[in-house]
Amino acid sequence: MTTLASGQTSPERVAIVAKIRNKARAIRMHALNMVYAARLGHPGGDLSVADILATLYFGVLRVDPKAPRDPSRDRLILSKGHASGALYATLAEAGFIPVERLSTYMKPNSPLNGHPNRNYVPGVEANTGPLGHGLPIAVGVAIAGQIDQADYRVFVVTGDGELQEGSNWEAAMAAGHRKLANLALIIDRNTLQQGARVAETNDVEPLADKFRAFGWEVVDADGHDPSALIDALTRRDGRAKPLCVIAHTIKGKGVSYMEDQVGWHHGVPTKVQLDQAMQELSLT
Amino acid sequence: MSAEGTASPRLFDCRDAFTGALEAVAEQDARIVIVVNDSIGSSKLSGFRKRWPERTINVGIAEQNMVGVSSGLANGGKIPFVSAASCFLTGRALEQIKVDVAYSKANVKLVGQSPGVGYGELGPTHHSIEDFAWLRVLPNLAVVSPADPWETAEAVKAAALRDGPVFLRISRFGVPLLPRRADAAFAIGKAETLREGGDVAIIANGVLVARALAAAEALAEKGVGARVVNMASIAPLDVEAIRAAADLGAIVTVEEHSTRGGLGGAVAELVAGYRPCPVRIVGFPEFMPTGGVEFLFETYGLTAAGIARAAEEAIALRRKP
Repeated sequence: MTTLASGQTSPERVAIVAKIRNKARAIRMHALNMVYAARLGHPGGDLSVADILATLYFGVLRVDPKAPRDPSRDRLILSKGHASGALYATLAEAGFIPVERLSTYMKPNSPLNGHPNRNYVPGVEANTGPLGHGLPIAVGVAIAGQIDQADYRVFVVTGDGELQEGSNWEAAMAAGHRKLANLALIIDRNTLQQGARVAETNDVEPLADKFRAFGWEVVDADGHDPSALIDALTRRDGRAKPLCVIAHTIKGKGVSYMEDQVGWHHGVPTKVQLDQAMQELSLT
Repeated sequence: MSAEGTASPRLFDCRDAFTGALEAVAEQDARIVIVVNDSIGSSKLSGFRKRWPERTINVGIAEQNMVGVSSGLANGGKIPFVSAASCFLTGRALEQIKVDVAYSKANVKLVGQSPGVGYGELGPTHHSIEDFAWLRVLPNLAVVSPADPWETAEAVKAAALRDGPVFLRISRFGVPLLPRRADAAFAIGKAETLREGGDVAIIANGVLVARALAAAEALAEKGVGARVVNMASIAPLDVEAIRAAADLGAIVTVEEHSTRGGLGGAVAELVAGYRPCPVRIVGFPEFMPTGGVEFLFETYGLTAAGIARAAEEAIALRRKP
């Protein structure tokens, strides 16, 4: 885990973290309501990634919802596209799409498909869903930025089970080889995949050693602590390497009966469960 | 092979036209970059790399990453031309082509090098006789197989100008320059009638168009009129040209591809819903034995004689009026 940086106690930081926490709570509530209404979705992953997305959109990214394709924007690619509920909720809270549109999630002809499409939803950077696609795409954007000597940054969020896909390691090798300092990978390290624990299925450890061996700088952070994530993502200290932040998270975070339960990878709460979830989240 | 009855024409390697045209458009448009999987030499791109090393992205032997990176480059405002052996580009990275390129409508140009049986003796692992079938079902993706150096250069220009994904199939097999009118124009999705005839239509693309013309010559000597249509684009299809062919009542398709799912399949699908007529599909039906390109063409009837024979069979099957 990162140590507390002195910046974490500044009034600006305290205000930003408070805003991120509020947004993260709203994102979780939206996502669960969306899954409940759609009778479909991936609530466990939505909840584990919510603080990461909230921190990025409200504490790190330079993006403008009025100019979603501005060439100089920072990019966020959600490689774990099944967490579309959390992504759409974040984009709505950030002003890219109207909040009312979230109620159309996965309904017939809705732009809010089960997996995100950049041509349907402003702010979506890549069409993801099949795992192992986001990191190669992010590497490509980072190379374009390097060629143009642009100062935008490229962020990509993967799951941890997702790292079993070989395409990630092709991309990791290329990013290290090219010293893509404008690239940051955030791994939503919730230790669960669809069917079981990652460690029981096909273990990805030692994760930090793997990325270091591929030429990356690796930082561990609490994936539910906005201040720790900001510190991890904004550290520059002369780095000439791509950055990997292993964000330690809890799948289903914020809802007691979902936390660390493999069954909530996909699962739809009952009305009673939904009400309980909203009650618990309102206290966070 | 080829051009029976005349002096041997000069044969061209279309990769030269590809690189020449690519360098010409790259001079005009700084957004154009190339992405390769250690395939600079086999793509004849060393000239491009020498001129624009910073616009040359060699990802090594990693095709999934190569196509994903290209989609990202397009997101970053570049126009990537991804050039790699067609067998690896299309087979290994098919899901990236589907999702990152076609479904995303990314402005990526995929260049399948040495397709068909261009790698001859290297065998079925290196043959790419499935690429039309795999790619033509993907919406948004134009699939183009030029027949000679002129059409190759025109296709490269058209691909660079098109705002969206394109697959170009570039062959190393020597082909003659096809006879064309001075005002000939190339457009993606538009077929080209190279010879008129009223008894049968031979629809071909790629390196076999020259042989289709030779077959028509041979048929003419027997009093059979064969129309020769160069259908470089198998997606989008030139529907009018195929309907006009069906109106003749007999069709032969010719491609350096599997007999399943390629140009022949595309034509047959369309004809079945219009005015069904015999469609004989000339191509490769199986994983092939060891042998060079010419041996494989001869063995499977991808010759002027074989095409003419297929045309006569299609005419014999034609429904009598």
